[in-house]
Amino acid sequence: MNLQIALLLGQDGITNGAIYALLALSILLVFTVTRILLIPLGEFVTFGALTMATIQSGKPVLFVWLLLALTLVDAALDIRQQVGQRFDMARLRMTAIKIGYAVLMVVIANTVPLADIPMAFQALLTLCLLVPLGPLMYRLFFQPLADAHSLVLLIVSIAVHVAMVGVGLLLFGPEGARTLPFSDTGLHLGPVMLKSQTIWVILVSVLLIVTLFVTFERTLYGKALRATAVNRVGARLLGISPVFAGKATFALAALIGVSSGILIAPITTLYFDSGFIISLKGFVGAIIGGLISYPVAAVGAVAVGLIEAFSMFWASTYKEIIVFTLIIPFLLWRSMTSHHVEDDE
Amino acid sequence: MNMSNTASIHEEPVAMTASAAPLLDVKGLRVAYGKVEALTGVDLQVREGQIVTVIGPNGAGKTTLLSAIMGLLPSRGDIHFDDIHYISPEVEILVGRGLGLVPEKRELFSTMTVEDNLLLGAFQRYRRGDDSFEITLAEIYSLFPRLWERRHQQAGTLSGGERQMLAIGRAMMGKPKLLMLDEPSLGLAPLITREIFRIFADLRRQGVAILLVEQNARAALKVADYAYVLEGGQFAMHGPAADLANDSRVIDAYLGLASKHQELLSS
Ligand SMILES: Nc1ncnc2c1ncn2[C@@H]1O[C@H](COP(=O)(O)OP(=O)(O)O)[C@@H](O)[C@H]1O
Ligand SMILES: [Mg+2]
Repeated sequence: MNLQIALLLGQDGITNGAIYALLALSILLVFTVTRILLIPLGEFVTFGALTMATIQSGKPVLFVWLLLALTLVDAALDIRQQVGQRFDMARLRMTAIKIGYAVLMVVIANTVPLADIPMAFQALLTLCLLVPLGPLMYRLFFQPLADAHSLVLLIVSIAVHVAMVGVGLLLFGPEGARTLPFSDTGLHLGPVMLKSQTIWVILVSVLLIVTLFVTFERTLYGKALRATAVNRVGARLLGISPVFAGKATFALAALIGVSSGILIAPITTLYFDSGFIISLKGFVGAIIGGLISYPVAAVGAVAVGLIEAFSMFWASTYKEIIVFTLIIPFLLWRSMTSHHVEDDE
Repeated sequence: MNMSNTASIHEEPVAMTASAAPLLDVKGLRVAYGKVEALTGVDLQVREGQIVTVIGPNGAGKTTLLSAIMGLLPSRGDIHFDDIHYISPEVEILVGRGLGLVPEKRELFSTMTVEDNLLLGAFQRYRRGDDSFEITLAEIYSLFPRLWERRHQQAGTLSGGERQMLAIGRAMMGKPKLLMLDEPSLGLAPLITREIFRIFADLRRQGVAILLVEQNARAALKVADYAYVLEGGQFAMHGPAADLANDSRVIDAYLGLASKHQELLSS
């Protein structure tokens, strides 16, 4: 292996590592705030990539009907909850807005010639379509179980993942898809050429991570989510509702997952069932961070990307095995160094 | 503050609002843990600007009572707070309407700073678009200068007394109409206890109603307007705090020599 190849592999590794880092952060975020291990995170990635590909190929965007259907179920549940209580105009208006939004999306998806609009708008539309799926998923599958045992939450999480893979097959078909690159030009840096998509991935990842950091450190809403993660009862006593926290973290996870999908769609062919293996790698990063530390998880995830790229060169058949075996020494090390954390305080 | 001062403000708030509907009205409240009933039908009222105390031995159901009023536990019976009538309401709605609880376990955000803990106390006000909470924050810092000194420290590093101040300050950040406190003097040195009780009298003067649960019956009866004695999930006695403080049964059970020893031991 010469320097040139090493630099190329390093570039690939960092590109994938940045995506894994984003996923590791969302897994951590959702886990600490809601105790849910978000297995379906990978489906947000594939749905994002495949929706973008559908839009670019000019085929009908079937997902929008799923969005409408789930929104209607959500609205029905909201209204059923209201029956028998005093009518709350603000809540009713909120329900109306949600239905209006879903209908608007249906109209846009079926009337605008989506393949011809600029790529930035295609990406924006993909986000507008898919991010609401996060809070909807929380509302429909997890909110009724908020007080359940973590194991129950894990089982439901796996079930939702399996269902989403099935829905993915139905909506996007069995073929893999790739999208057009965001831009064509690369950047020459000495002996290597930085691929333009690499630059995009790194820029957007850094931007997302900085935005998350600022949200959680500086805004009261972000602090409220952290507070829920630190002490659920304490947060409830201050009127920070677990439902608000759950929906907000699922929305953030959806945003990150879908963005990741849009970012890697031009460099990786994704299939309806590719999501699991991608989110597993983010999960390895999160494990390295002990499901607690955000910076360690991010660095761990980038390391996963690099190791994956280099093992592809030396032992490509064992690529996945090498990455997932990585988890074992970390689990051992974690179980030996960690002390049991008490639930209260 | 001295005794006569406390005594002189005793009657006013009660007299002022005696005709109005009580801020908190609890009727026939029952709470069970599994098959064991911890509260077997209690009636309790708190009026605006009143300090009401619930005293009673360990395991009487005091914490259960506050948790049920706060909506943290499923309960049966009737609860009215500030014109909302609820069976098992959402905590968030009650907090938004001005109910605050300083729980027995304090439930601080130990890995967050003192200031963040306080700011989060105003989360519902912030959400409503009420940005006067900065003023409340300044008031709380002047009330508890220790919290100001330690505002950038993690809450987990505070001493017992400081944690208590933080828990009270955090609840006050929500500008509650009714502040409920579960054993605020637990594990505190007598000097700090006295300081905290003085703050309750101050709060009452600002129109905040207080429901105070205490094992330290002596201090609680001194500051309160009205008192209930909870024993085995039921109110054994209730009446104006000054009357109860002179009642022979209360003196024997809660204010006598034996209990004074206990108090000293626990502090
Ligand atoms: N989580 C719980 N599960 C079962 N029993 C409980 C629980 N919490 C309290 N109890 C019981 O309810 C009774 C009242 O407890 P509590 O309200 O904590 O009393 P107090 O605050 O007056 O010391 C006690 O007998 C206690 O053992
Ligand atoms: Mg108690």
